Amino acid sequence: MRTFVSAVTTVVVLFTFSMFASAQTAAPKKNVQQHVDGYGRPVPDPVSTETPGPPPVHDLSGNWEPDGWREGVQAQGARDFPSDSKHILPFTPEGEKAFKEHKTGFGVNAVPIGENNDPFDICDPPGFPRVELFNLRQLRIYETPKQMSILYENDQVWRNIWTDGRELPTDIAEARWYGYSVGKWVDDTTLVVETTGLDPRTWIDNAGRPHSDQLKVEETFHRLNHDIIELTLTINDPVMYTKPWVALNKFRLRLQPDWFDIREMICSASEAQGYNTVYHSGQAASPSK
Amino acid sequence: MRNMIKTSVLGVAFLVACVPLFAHHGNAVYTNKPITMKGTVTQWIWTNPHTFLKFDSKDDKGNVQHWIGEWNAPSTLVNFGFTPKTFKPGDEVTVTLGGMAKDGTLVGRVRSVELADGTVMTEDEKFGKAPDSH
Repeated sequence: MRTFVSAVTTVVVLFTFSMFASAQTAAPKKNVQQHVDGYGRPVPDPVSTETPGPPPVHDLSGNWEPDGWREGVQAQGARDFPSDSKHILPFTPEGEKAFKEHKTGFGVNAVPIGENNDPFDICDPPGFPRVELFNLRQLRIYETPKQMSILYENDQVWRNIWTDGRELPTDIAEARWYGYSVGKWVDDTTLVVETTGLDPRTWIDNAGRPHSDQLKVEETFHRLNHDIIELTLTINDPVMYTKPWVALNKFRLRLQPDWFDIREMICSASEAQGYNTVYHSGQAASPSK
Repeated sequence: MRNMIKTSVLGVAFLVACVPLFAHHGNAVYTNKPITMKGTVTQWIWTNPHTFLKFDSKDDKGNVQHWIGEWNAPSTLVNFGFTPKTFKPGDEVTVTLGGMAKDGTLVGRVRSVELADGTVMTEDEKFGKAPDSH
């Protein structure tokens, strides 16, 4: 009997100790990780076992988001042509010169903070195509019989694409941050958009790729199925580049629920100034012992 | 100073995981040497292009050091449960920086913050390897 009691006591003690030890070594609580919309509502992950429905005809409307966490950020430059030693753009001499004058936060032209001359850092409009080549997050597409509008989360801007059959203007007296765009359906599910008249003060991407007022951008929006658009974006600027180059190649956008609220993400001049002020207010560390 | 800072033995892991987390002004300004320290929050700045966590931490001489931790944009952090009220002045925290400013100023890139109740505020690999972000 004593042996039995002793054994039970030992087990209880060991169990209690193990519980205590477990409590002492429990993993820290993690914060909540959940993709949410602007109202904080959880956004469900795509169900991989479900087959997407067929694409509707001549319809890109809806709430869209890059298919993959932060795939659209593109801090190092255009996703399919980032600024590094492996991706050498076909610069003209003028393009090479203009590129070197752009002092960036990322890519081969990255400089210390104080030397940056990125126009978006002082809240100039990102412009087109940078709005699709940097911080491309949520976007919303509206269509009418004559035009399509795209609203972007980044800087809360929009641009207009005419689909009423008109041609691009040939004599543009006034360049625009977001240019002049016309789109044509080449089949039931593919819209090709041409854009020109773009303000050369903007950069093509976050890596400071330059453009002239001769830039022409082609976007191909291919509705692969009900849930996915593939976006291909090609840069053609004979002043800066000897040949066209592809900045986005079948970049996937995924349809989001119709209740999805797009967050504000606005470049505020006062916040940008505050950011720089805080950053530069860092104090020197005390000397080591 | 060096004694005050607890250099993480997970440095190699961080070098893999900490592809540059901040983009607006470039990551070239930060080292890739993770450091962890205890501190007290003085301000949580919820702003674009990036957020800031300001906190005080004592060095090995007992002197209060005023640190500035730069973190991701609100549009990214909201997906990890962050809000403008996640931190408040006076909160006791343990901060891990992915690196600090190369110029020696007390500015760093935040990797994670452990609150007094043990909750760790960080970004999770659920969303995949974090690309250069904003």
